[in-house]
Amino acid sequence: MIINSRFFNRSELMGFIVLAAVLFVILPLTLDVFRLNLVAKYLTYAFVALGLVLCWGYGGILSLGQGVFFGLGGYCMAMFLKLEASSVENTKIQSTPGIPDFMDWNQITSLPLFWQPFHSLTFTILAIILVPGLFALIIGTAMFKRRVGGTYFAIITQAVAAILTILIVGQQGYTGGINGMTDLRTLKGWDIRPDHAKIILYFVEVVLLFACIGIAQFIRLTKLGRILVAMREQEDRVRFSGYSVANFKIFAFCMAAVFAAIGGAMFALNVGFMSPSFVGIVPSIEMVIYTAVGGRMSIFGAIWGAILVNFAKTSLSESFPQLWLFGLGALFIAVVLAFPNGLSGLWADYVQPRIDRLFASRKSKSGWNDNSVADGAPAE
Amino acid sequence: MSDEANKGLLSPLRRKLLMGMAAVPAITMLPRASFAQAPATSAVNTTGLAVTDTEVTVGILHSATGTMAISETGSIEAEKLAIEQINAAGGVLGRKIKFIQEDGASDWPTFAEKAKKLLVNDKVAAIMGCWTSASRKAVLPVVEQYNGMLYYPTFYEGLEQSKNVIYTGQEATQQILAGLNWIAKEKGAKSFFFIGSDYIWPRTSNKIARKHVENVLKGKVVGEEYYALGSTQFNSVINKIKLTKPDVIFTDVVGGSNVAFYKQLKAAGIDLAKQPLLTISVTEDEIDGIGGENIAGAYACMKYFQSLDNPNNKAFVPAFKKAWGEKTVIGDVTQAAYLGPWLWKLTVEKAGSFDVDKIAAASPGVEFKGAPEGYVRIHENHHLWSKTRVGRAKLDGQFELIYETADLVEPDPFPKGYQ
Repeated sequence: MIINSRFFNRSELMGFIVLAAVLFVILPLTLDVFRLNLVAKYLTYAFVALGLVLCWGYGGILSLGQGVFFGLGGYCMAMFLKLEASSVENTKIQSTPGIPDFMDWNQITSLPLFWQPFHSLTFTILAIILVPGLFALIIGTAMFKRRVGGTYFAIITQAVAAILTILIVGQQGYTGGINGMTDLRTLKGWDIRPDHAKIILYFVEVVLLFACIGIAQFIRLTKLGRILVAMREQEDRVRFSGYSVANFKIFAFCMAAVFAAIGGAMFALNVGFMSPSFVGIVPSIEMVIYTAVGGRMSIFGAIWGAILVNFAKTSLSESFPQLWLFGLGALFIAVVLAFPNGLSGLWADYVQPRIDRLFASRKSKSGWNDNSVADGAPAE
Repeated sequence: MSDEANKGLLSPLRRKLLMGMAAVPAITMLPRASFAQAPATSAVNTTGLAVTDTEVTVGILHSATGTMAISETGSIEAEKLAIEQINAAGGVLGRKIKFIQEDGASDWPTFAEKAKKLLVNDKVAAIMGCWTSASRKAVLPVVEQYNGMLYYPTFYEGLEQSKNVIYTGQEATQQILAGLNWIAKEKGAKSFFFIGSDYIWPRTSNKIARKHVENVLKGKVVGEEYYALGSTQFNSVINKIKLTKPDVIFTDVVGGSNVAFYKQLKAAGIDLAKQPLLTISVTEDEIDGIGGENIAGAYACMKYFQSLDNPNNKAFVPAFKKAWGEKTVIGDVTQAAYLGPWLWKLTVEKAGSFDVDKIAAASPGVEFKGAPEGYVRIHENHHLWSKTRVGRAKLDGQFELIYETADLVEPDPFPKGYQ
């Protein structure tokens, strides 16, 4: 029982150390700034994958609309950055200086009301968390209180993703339309484009990611996490035991939304723009694929999935511009057919037992009490 | 990595054919410069670009996959052909052009990422690329930040000008105004109905067209409707057209929507032989999908048609077909993409350097006499002086040239009185 109160069990601790070593030390030392910035971009999807582990892997709620929250977070950040980039001085070529360029092209002559508060960074940071959080709360309440779940819920989230894309594209005077918001430059006067800024942003992002990993792990280990798993396996039993299943589901869905939104905001900062192509159905499904490839039951697996799939995407498209999509598709099919639990399943089945054996033999030699290390992992 | 993509063109037979044909437009223009002694690399490349004593690397950045691939493939082919021809004629400053092709995958952020990769990792001397306005908007901050040179082929909405971009397509006023003048004079048109896809290019184009119709031609716009990209339901707007009976239907519907639009127009009994329709978004490439029988009789306002009758084009069209197949058609943008590598080569030779700053400065005034569209010259604002042409669509999917401006039209990306 002592083991269960530990924050990480042994294999998780190892996953944590490996990930921390790779992200904090190995990658920054070996990659040039351009590639490091690409990793930063991949990591923004790791936030989404982390949320999906909570909500899909543990809670059993498949959301095919995480792009919505990624997009809301990203757009909140992008609106702040765009306003800062659209100072009167930068935009004097326009008919109305001082408003974002796409508004000027769309014959809008003054800043719309809902844009005004995004002059404030504090408001923006709150909005990044609260707007997607509240939106998820509304969707979640509407769905889960009526006991809509499973496939129906997945379809509805997908519809929401489609609706939001159409809304953003259609209201181009207010949102930048299909072009998105481009040419983001500074954060409170600090230029986000040069190399040293990219490195700082990378580390900020990694620290945030580890904070989110901490939160996810904490949720997993509390009673709440156990109830989520129980709900996934036998929803009715949990309900009959007196728990409000809907509230737990809403909570998991909101957490996933907030994680995705943080990823989106970091995306806008790292990549320097935001567009509806991250909001729609296709990117939302891609996000689920990262999680599936990495392993939806494993926090670290999902993060590796996000990094590796995106890395494969970049390198395949660089080497085979015409054929890479087929290669990527084949990779997904292969992974899902051959390893349904993703990379982390592969690890748990083949690599982990060897390591365990290694440790076990060492320990018995040194005469430690072997029982204390016995299966401390939560039952899944 | 580019070698993979190169192989198609480098097969011995094709190469031979190309060498022969390539010389046709090239030799007449640059007999001296192209075979001149190569100057030292240190002299022509002071900013660390990918230039060696024998090679210079450029990037090609278009969508080879995704929804835009169908449109952008022509541009990729044209750029590769131009590079091949330039190499066959001796290269640039004595160096062969090597290209690295990247796939933008019809996804704007991918375009930005790949542009950055080409500039930062590969240190390409220039990028031939982008197609949609959205992809250009995504790439623009990157080429400006890393001081690259982008040759952008598509006709577009204007309202942009950058030291780091050469716009080889027409900006909106160049494409629209002369066409409207012609149709107003020729058909006595007074009332216009605008239909467009809902994004920046059609909206800006229609804004300019509306100002011109109302202020210059003293006509009337009786309707202006927009449809989401990819929309396929045009029945309600076709009913409105039947009700308002405009003298001219003016359209900038793009991509796959065109197929539905022209088929539904025909099904509704609107005969394009009697009802003038002027489009600024249908080239030979689009007619391939629409079908000549559905659009025959419509007028298109472009700067290039495959059917143009001039010596340059007579060499270009067979060369293109030999390289990429008899069935390929060549639209306005494909031709504009072909200009990119040539204009870059000419500018490099004028500047005597591959340095981006020197190329940006030397660009104004560079003229390309071998252009399939006839003759083009780069303006101070980095757009091209080009003629505006009106063609009538025929059953076989080609355009018949009806009208062309007598002189080159000056590019004016920030038109006064039209904003």
